[in-house]
Amino acid sequence: MAADVHKKKSWEVSNGSLVPGDGQHTERSESPTPGLAQGTEPGAGQEGAMFVHTRSYEDLTSPEDGAAAVRSPEERRGEPAEQSSMEQISKDFSELSTQLTGMALDLDEEMRAGKEGKLEPSPQTTRRDSVLSGKEEEDVTMDAWRLHRKHVFVLSEAGKPVYSRYGSEEALSSTMGVMMALVSFLEAEKNAIRSIHADGYKVVFVRRSPLVLVAVARTRQSEQEIAHELLYIYYQILSLLTWTQLNHIFQQKQNYDLRRLLAGSERITDNLLDLMAHDPSFLMGAVRCLPLAASVRDAVSSSLQQAKAKSLVFSILLSGNQLVSLVRKKDQFLHPIDLHLLFNLISSSSSFREGEAWTPICLPKFNSSGFFHAHISYLEQEMDLCLLLVSTDREDFFTVSDCKRRFQERLRRRGVQHALHEALRTPFYSVAQVGIPDLRHFIYKSKSSGLFTSPEIEAPYVQEEEKERLLGLYQYLHSRAHNSSRPLKNIYFTGPRENLLAWVTNAFELYVCYSPLGTKAGAINAVNKLMKWIRKEEDRLFILTPQTY
Amino acid sequence: MAQMVTSGTSPEGPRPSYMYKVVLLGSMSVGKSSLAYRYVKNDFRELLPTVGCSFFTQVLELDEATVKFEIWDTAGQEKYQSVCHLYYRDAHAALLVYDIANKQTFSRAKLWLEELEKKFLPDEIVIALVGNKTDLAAEREVTTEEGEDFARTKGLLFMETSAKSNHQVNDVFMAIVQELLRREKEKAPRPSPHGRSTVDLRASGARTRCCRS
Ligand SMILES: Nc1nc2c(ncn2[C@@H]2O[C@H](COP(=O)(O)OP(=O)(O)O)[C@@H](O)[C@H]2O)c(=O)[nH]1
Ligand SMILES: [Mg+2]
Repeated sequence: MAADVHKKKSWEVSNGSLVPGDGQHTERSESPTPGLAQGTEPGAGQEGAMFVHTRSYEDLTSPEDGAAAVRSPEERRGEPAEQSSMEQISKDFSELSTQLTGMALDLDEEMRAGKEGKLEPSPQTTRRDSVLSGKEEEDVTMDAWRLHRKHVFVLSEAGKPVYSRYGSEEALSSTMGVMMALVSFLEAEKNAIRSIHADGYKVVFVRRSPLVLVAVARTRQSEQEIAHELLYIYYQILSLLTWTQLNHIFQQKQNYDLRRLLAGSERITDNLLDLMAHDPSFLMGAVRCLPLAASVRDAVSSSLQQAKAKSLVFSILLSGNQLVSLVRKKDQFLHPIDLHLLFNLISSSSSFREGEAWTPICLPKFNSSGFFHAHISYLEQEMDLCLLLVSTDREDFFTVSDCKRRFQERLRRRGVQHALHEALRTPFYSVAQVGIPDLRHFIYKSKSSGLFTSPEIEAPYVQEEEKERLLGLYQYLHSRAHNSSRPLKNIYFTGPRENLLAWVTNAFELYVCYSPLGTKAGAINAVNKLMKWIRKEEDRLFILTPQTY
Repeated sequence: MAQMVTSGTSPEGPRPSYMYKVVLLGSMSVGKSSLAYRYVKNDFRELLPTVGCSFFTQVLELDEATVKFEIWDTAGQEKYQSVCHLYYRDAHAALLVYDIANKQTFSRAKLWLEELEKKFLPDEIVIALVGNKTDLAAEREVTTEEGEDFARTKGLLFMETSAKSNHQVNDVFMAIVQELLRREKEKAPRPSPHGRSTVDLRASGARTRCCRS
């Protein structure tokens, strides 16, 4: 077993300078400009950041993850070499708008087409990858299986199945074999991302020795984004085992069957994949806060801060997948990815609802070599308020359990429970509060705090597919804005169903969705108004004064 | 045996208080969490697999004593086993659970017992062998006799339960309490012989103070 984390040995964040210094709040500007310095944007913490400073997305995928897509020759030919970015985007968007719109329909049609032996409606049907399609056509039972929008497989470098999102790994072991063959075929260097485009699918490979992660996706995500999700799965596995243990196992026995060790936790991985399809936190690489009056949040944070113990590193209160408060040991920063993994762990098991849980957990971005011990419990039966106390000492259950009791006692004494209850009744705010008629939805991320805010997704994005389509549009904008070869800082697109805008600066990222009736000038106007609104509401929507113990 | 808990203010009452640590052991999905949930909440629901360990408390007001149970429910997954031995250390009682409809879990229970026998002397821990899921009678793979015989040869308490239909769940815990109290009486004249550190409720107050600093 890996040793417990007692002291953070190799602190990854060498760039302490990126954490905004004190006193910057005096420079907070009324109306943010693109030149806004990091640390002064709305939502930036006034007393330093809570999280490890990351450039979110890039942090996962570069430099060592630098996405190097291998495309089929046809595809490369099909792509005009000299097309201006904007034109390219317009083209992509109209494709996206129509294709994403018709997603549910396409699936239906394809199901019928498959049975009747008709051609698929996809124009790429003719461009089949011989290896993959050959395999698929052999197996009739694959029809239903193929309809899932995204398959994810994890296998060991020896080709042993570790995880499969749908269906048993057993049944798919032949597929795994094909994948291993592809991996070795594509393999040039370790830790590389490779992808194949075929037949309306993207097959993305991420190799993280001793594991290989593969996604077969018919979503419109970029390779980078799919790879980003695969890395989350990788980190999820590390959080159960530690990197040290994982490597040790495979050094001892190359063809070890890891499923034995992971038995019972497939659900956690399933849940993570589902969450990533619905929750923009993962795409943004940031954390959303429960909207809460600053005075209430401060009282909660102080209560958490006072209920400390020697072995505690992080005290986290969360509701759903939103952060209520986070208190950390001085000089120890949590990484948003680690927090996402904790969120996922909690939402994936109802067993935490009862009693108190005490579980070893590795926070791979913090320290991938050892386990922390997390005390997990819900504060009250009927309230969606979960307390997570992360300790370095596995022997410390009772001390940490007592911290919970003290925290609750302080909450009571400060009399904020009622206010907390109230806030939990409306965990999301409506975009109508902003008062911009054409505004439908937005995501705003403060880069220095690693926090983002976003209203509830409302009409016309009511159906699940519609919600996913909206997230798909954001994903697309995000990938364009972060494209490693042609990043775009401003994107505006008018579509038949909505207009969209993306604005990425050093300090923040903003993605906005408008009704299709508005104009570009109106959209830009609205952005100014929106930014002012966020500034006005920032102490409710963000955690501006994170605390430490 | 157990930590005797005396009230800080009043002198020794006629009824002593005891705190016992009870652990649930056994393969995945045999119904450990469901048994704990049934016992503590008197309810059954579809729980998702346990992660790590869960901790529950239950206070019993009996005629002869007040008993506080600290119940540890372990995940029973291999990856947690290295951690879970910590949870059965210092235990006063263990429920060794298997699924009567799954023979393999019965063999696993035997292995758990070997593990326990390495860690504890027979008089240090009360062990109950529990065949759960009696409501699945049609799928039974382990007969009552098999369970009984094994328990008898090893000197374990034995009971078959169903967390789902609430069959004998309370009885298992009651049988354990009775056995613990019986041993308590046997040992009463002598001071507690074991050198293991048990959680003393009084001491936990002191611990609280020391980490407030
Ligand atoms: N039929 C039946 N199912 C049970 C019983 N107890 C638990 N289960 C089911 O068995 C599965 C595993 O139960 P769980 O308590 O999580 O097992 P654990 O892994 O040992 O904690 C769940 O689907 C339970 O609903 C029982 O007494 N009868
Ligand atoms: Mg369980």
